[in-house]
Formats: sequence, structure tokens, C-alpha cells
Amino acid sequence: MRRLTLALAVLGALLLAVFGANARGGQDARAAKEPVTISFWVPFTARELGVINSALAGFHKKYPWITVKSTGNTNPTKLTAAIRGGNAPDAVALFETDTLGAFCSSGAWLDLSSHIKSDKLNMNIFPKTIQNYTAYENKRCALPLLADAYGFYYNKAMLAKAGLKGPPKTLAQLSAYAKRLTVKNADGSIKVLGFNPLMNWYQNSPVHFGPITGATWMKDGKSNLAGDPNWAALLRWQKSLVDWFGYENLIKWQAKAGDEWTSSNAFESGKLAMNLDGEWRTAFVKADAPNISYGTAPHPVSKPSLYGSGFVIGSIMGIPKGSDHEDEAWLLLKYLSTDSKAVTGLSLGLRNVPSTLPTLRNPVLRKDPQFKVFLDIFANPKSSTQPVLKIGAQNQTLFSTFISKWQAGHVASKDLHAGLANVDKQIDAAIGQSGQVP
Amino acid sequence: MTSAPVAGALPAAVVRDRRRAKRKAAWRRRGLVLLLMSPWLVGFTVFFAYPLVMSAYLSFTHYDLLSAPKWVGTANYRYLFEQDQQVWPAVKNTLWLMVVFVPAQVLCAFGLATMLTRARYGAGVFRTIFYLPALAPTVAATLGFVYLLNPGTGPVNVVLEHLGIPTPLWFDSPQWAKPSLVLLGLWGIGTMMIIFLAALIDVPRHLYESASLDGANAWQRMRWVTLPSISPVILFAVVIGVIDSLQYFTQAYVAAAIASGQAASEGPTSAGYPEDSTLFYPVLLYLQAFSYFNMGYASAMTMLLLVVALTVTVLILRSSRLWVFYAGARR
Repeated sequence: MRRLTLALAVLGALLLAVFGANARGGQDARAAKEPVTISFWVPFTARELGVINSALAGFHKKYPWITVKSTGNTNPTKLTAAIRGGNAPDAVALFETDTLGAFCSSGAWLDLSSHIKSDKLNMNIFPKTIQNYTAYENKRCALPLLADAYGFYYNKAMLAKAGLKGPPKTLAQLSAYAKRLTVKNADGSIKVLGFNPLMNWYQNSPVHFGPITGATWMKDGKSNLAGDPNWAALLRWQKSLVDWFGYENLIKWQAKAGDEWTSSNAFESGKLAMNLDGEWRTAFVKADAPNISYGTAPHPVSKPSLYGSGFVIGSIMGIPKGSDHEDEAWLLLKYLSTDSKAVTGLSLGLRNVPSTLPTLRNPVLRKDPQFKVFLDIFANPKSSTQPVLKIGAQNQTLFSTFISKWQAGHVASKDLHAGLANVDKQIDAAIGQSGQVP
Repeated sequence: MTSAPVAGALPAAVVRDRRRAKRKAAWRRRGLVLLLMSPWLVGFTVFFAYPLVMSAYLSFTHYDLLSAPKWVGTANYRYLFEQDQQVWPAVKNTLWLMVVFVPAQVLCAFGLATMLTRARYGAGVFRTIFYLPALAPTVAATLGFVYLLNPGTGPVNVVLEHLGIPTPLWFDSPQWAKPSLVLLGLWGIGTMMIIFLAALIDVPRHLYESASLDGANAWQRMRWVTLPSISPVILFAVVIGVIDSLQYFTQAYVAAAIASGQAASEGPTSAGYPEDSTLFYPVLLYLQAFSYFNMGYASAMTMLLLVVALTVTVLILRSSRLWVFYAGARR
């Protein structure tokens, strides 16, 4: 009798366990597959928003119970207001990578480490540069949404006319090419400029130019502009070229160069022979000036070992604090960042560099020789990015202001080091004031 | 011993009742006044008093807009006065604007209004023409000026070149950027001009007639009749001009972005272009608050701005006792 009771109890327990587990399992599955709509704010508009929506359709196909409602034209200010107002979207993408420090340090973007760990996401599918600009200190709050690589555009016809074969590879060659390709009007003003050495114009900024001499921003948590001789080398090279053209001549030329983002862009309209720009320009040229004969290459550099590298950055995606569907938002981020079909589609549609190293080898993306150059720059281990700081782009603003004075001739050559040291001092003070611990 | 009631005095109960009724009426009056003032009171509390108190509090905190403010004592003020090297150029630029633009604005508005009072024909047409720029949206007007003063293709430099006059770089030159903004500001003085026009028209004619009979010439009539009569309007124009120059933002921000050729680029690196010459105090304040997420420090900057604005306004109002005359007043 006792045995029978025991057997019945064991059987009962087994049945309960099996049915209970089944019931719970069924509930989990139902919960996971319950239709849900998540909101996704992106900075894109018009045609580019359409490309994003196509990728979202692919996501819906893969995860049919998740519908994504996209909203375009977002920016850090809108997102900040939404987070503060408790109306944050479930997931967000931003162009402004330098705001990650503020979003991540404050907890306004969730730390994705637990998701990465539980999904065993191999972060090494992203280049080191991407790993750097998607994290703040030890917190990984973002995944990349494509990437941008900066390289060198040159007008083949102009080079051929001047008897120049192939693009320059060193800064000395670039100076020589720039002088040779420049055409002046009868009054001495510049008609066609070989290369514009002035910073703070179009994509000419210290952050984009730094990698051509291997210059770095920070050392041990402190600004290192004076400490790294590569900055001084870059600025001295740049200033010598500015002086050769004449600062005022360049300013006047710039004033009539045309808007960067329209078909009157100086390179596209033939007013500029060579230029530093991002990979997206290939799409602009195709749309605005399809007949222009141009080539792309890595930017000329100060040391041969650096040739092939460049500046890399990209849009970032995160899950804001207050997201109602964190798990689904994570699936979306992971899909847009790592799914090779999605990444390839986005790369082709937006004409940006794909975010993962395996996708770079996709022959579909490598078909266009001009675009391929940027894929290689992106994959180059010596390519670099900007530091993620709590002060956002304030370090760049302070440095740019100093460079404005330097290139205009308002800082004596002997004072360059002292000037850079003073910019370091300002940046360190701002970092200290922000509460970021070096 | 009880004192006899004073002849004609009311009984104590009646006095009490009357007092109570009076108090009640006073409270009712106060209630009505409060009721009538309530829209303003609500607006004042929500949009002025609360933000002011919060700004004062936040100025002693580290606040990034996204996480809770953290008390840092006077650290923001110490950074403001001792470490932030952008503050002094921003203060200098703002002072420059105050010293140059405010008098220029008052003089031009007054001059235009004076000319319009004397126009015999087409006064209405001229008034409309001079007022029209004031209707242009600030951003559009700034874009227009950046185009007009473009050193490479702008019509102004084309004309100057034809006349053999040196052509400035305007918004691209640290020396000319602020004067270019002043030109833009003077182009849009229509509102100020209309106020001066109304004041000039309001000056009693008989004062001019008396002055003429006393042998006063045009300058003396202006000095002793016109200016004293419109001095309250001049005071108003100066105070408003000073406050506007302390809050000068949109034109400087837009002009710097367009002239630098980085209007659509990411980041705030074009603010102050060229060489911080258009970095006005409110521009720096905006960058700190909304580009660098440094709202605690921006609040400290705001408190300083408030103190400066109050001080300058009080000084102007104090000085006005010496030069402003109100009709009917003893001086």
C-alpha cells in the first residue's frame, strides 16, 4: 500500500512537472510571440528613411510578431526631451556619435552588456574603431548602424591634364599636386583649387585629418594635443600650404565654392581637384555629377606605414531608458548591426560602409571600385576614431577655434606648442568640470 | 464705575459689525484682484519664478539633463570665473555689441523717424518700406545678409570692387563679422523706428512754435524740445536694446554656421566662426546647455547673465533721472 502511494505520488509529481513545464513553456512562447509594436527613432529622412523602412520590413519577416514603427529626423535634443518627458522610443539611432558619452554615463541609454553576453554576440565582428566609439568607459551602450570611412577623392581628368599619374600618397606629394592643379583667374583669384588645406570647412576638421599623421587625442584620460608631435606636424604642413595659396584667397574661394550637400559642391562642380570626404560622396557624385571622371584612394599621409588608413566613425543605435520593449529593441539593434543581409541592404541603399568585418568581403559591395577603397580603409587596423567623452564635441570645438586662429596667421609659429598646450588645458578643465574621471 | 457712552458714538457691537463687513469687503476685493490677476500670476509662476528658482538651484549642481542633479557647491562658478577661457571672449563680444549696436540702433531709428516726419510726399510708402525688413524672419534675414556680404560672390563686394574700394571678408573675418551683424541689425530696425515716429509725432507743436519765436534754430529745437520730449522713448529703446544684445543668439549662430560652410555638419564646431568673433555669451550658454549636456554650468552662466542684465538696467534707469523728462513731472 505504501509502495502504491509512493508510486502515485512520484507519478503525480512527474505529471505536474511535465504539464507545469509545458504550461509555462507555452506561456513563455506565447509571451515571446505576442504581437508587439515597437518605436524606433532614426535621424534619416526622405529617401534614406525609405531604405531604413526596407530593412525594418526584413526584420519583421524574421521576427513576424514584432512590428517596428519608425520615426525620422530625430536628433539628440529631441531624444533628450523625450527621455526627460518619459516618452522615450523603444530604440533609437543617432548620427551624433559624440553624444554617446552623455547618454551612456547618465544611464539614459541602457548598458547592452547583459544582452551581448546572453546572446553570446561576438563583438570582434566589428573593427576595433567601432568597438571604441560605441562604448563609454566600460559601458557598451550602443551598437553601430553602418559606418563612415574617410578617404581621398581626386579628379582624374584634372590630374591627367596636369600630367600627374595616380593620386598622391604622401603629404609632400599632396602639396606639390595641390599647387600644380590650382588654376588662377586673371585677377589672381583662385578659379580651380588643387586642394583646400583650410580646416573647419566641408569635412575638413581636425578629427577627420588627425589620422593622416597618426595624431591621437587623449593619453591616460588627458588631452594630448601638445604631447603628440603628430598634431604639430599636421598643422605645420597645413599652414605651409595655406600660406602658399594665401589665407584670404582661400577664404574668398571657399565663399564661392558652393554648398557641400548640393550639386554645387566644389568637387562635384569642378572647382576643386582633390578633397577629403566620406564614402557617401560616391553616391552624391553618381546622382549629381555622373559624368565627372574621378577616383578614390586612401588620404595621403605623413608616414608610409599609415597609408591605407583613415578616420572611421558611424551612426549609433541604443535603447533609451524607459523603453517599454527592451528585449524586442535589442533584437532590432542586433539585426540592423549584425545581420549580413540587412547590413548589406543598408550599405547599398545608404551608400555607407557596412558595420561588420564579414560583410566587407561581400562581392556585391566590392563591385564599385570607388566605394571599395572605403571598405579597405574601414578594415585597416591603423584606421582610428574619435574618443568618446562626456563633454561631447567640446574638445573638437576648442581645438577648431585654435586652428582657425593658427591658419589665419594669428598664432606665431614659435607659439604653436604653447597654443596646443593651452587647448589641452581647456579640454582637461572641461572634462574635469563634467565630472568625468580621467 | 462705568463710563457713560460718548454722545454720538456707535455701540461696540455695531462698530464690530462694521469692521467685520469692511474686512469682508476688503477680502472680497483682494479675491477679485487675485482672480483677475490669476492668468498673469500663473504665467509668472510657471514661466518665470519657477525657472528662475530652478536655475539658481541648478547652478550649484552638476546636471546633464538626463540624470538627477548632483550638488557641487560653487564649482560651476569657479569654473566660470577661473577656468573657462571661452567666457571672456564671449563677454567681450557681447559688450562690444552693447556698446556699438545699441547706440547705432537708437540713432538710426531716431534719424529715420525724424526724416519720415518731414517727408511731404509718400510718407506712408516710405514708412512701409523701412518697416518691412522687421517682418522678415530672423533666420531668413541672416541668410540673406550672408549671401549679400559673401566675399567671393556677394553683390556688395562686387560693387565695392567696381568702385575700387577694398573688399572685406565680412562674415569670414574676425574684424568684420560683428560689424556685419550690426548691419543686419540696423536693416531690421523698423519696429524701433515706428516707436520713435509715434513719439516724434506726439511732441506738442506749440513747443516748437514757442522755441522758434524765441529764436531757436533747428539744432536748438532738437536739443531743447524734441529730445527732452521723447526721452522716455529713448530710455525704452536703450533698455530694450541692451537686453536684446545680452540675449543675442540667432543671427550669430546662423551666420557662423553658413559662413563657415558647415551648416549641415554634425557638431557645434562652427559656433563663433571666425575665431570666436561671433561667440556671444548666449551662444556659449546654448552650447554648454544643449550641445555639451552641461546644464548645471549653463545655469551658473544664466545667473551671471541675470545679474549683469539687472545691474545694467538699474544703472540705466538710475541715470535716467538725469536725462529723461516726463510730461507733467517736476523735472
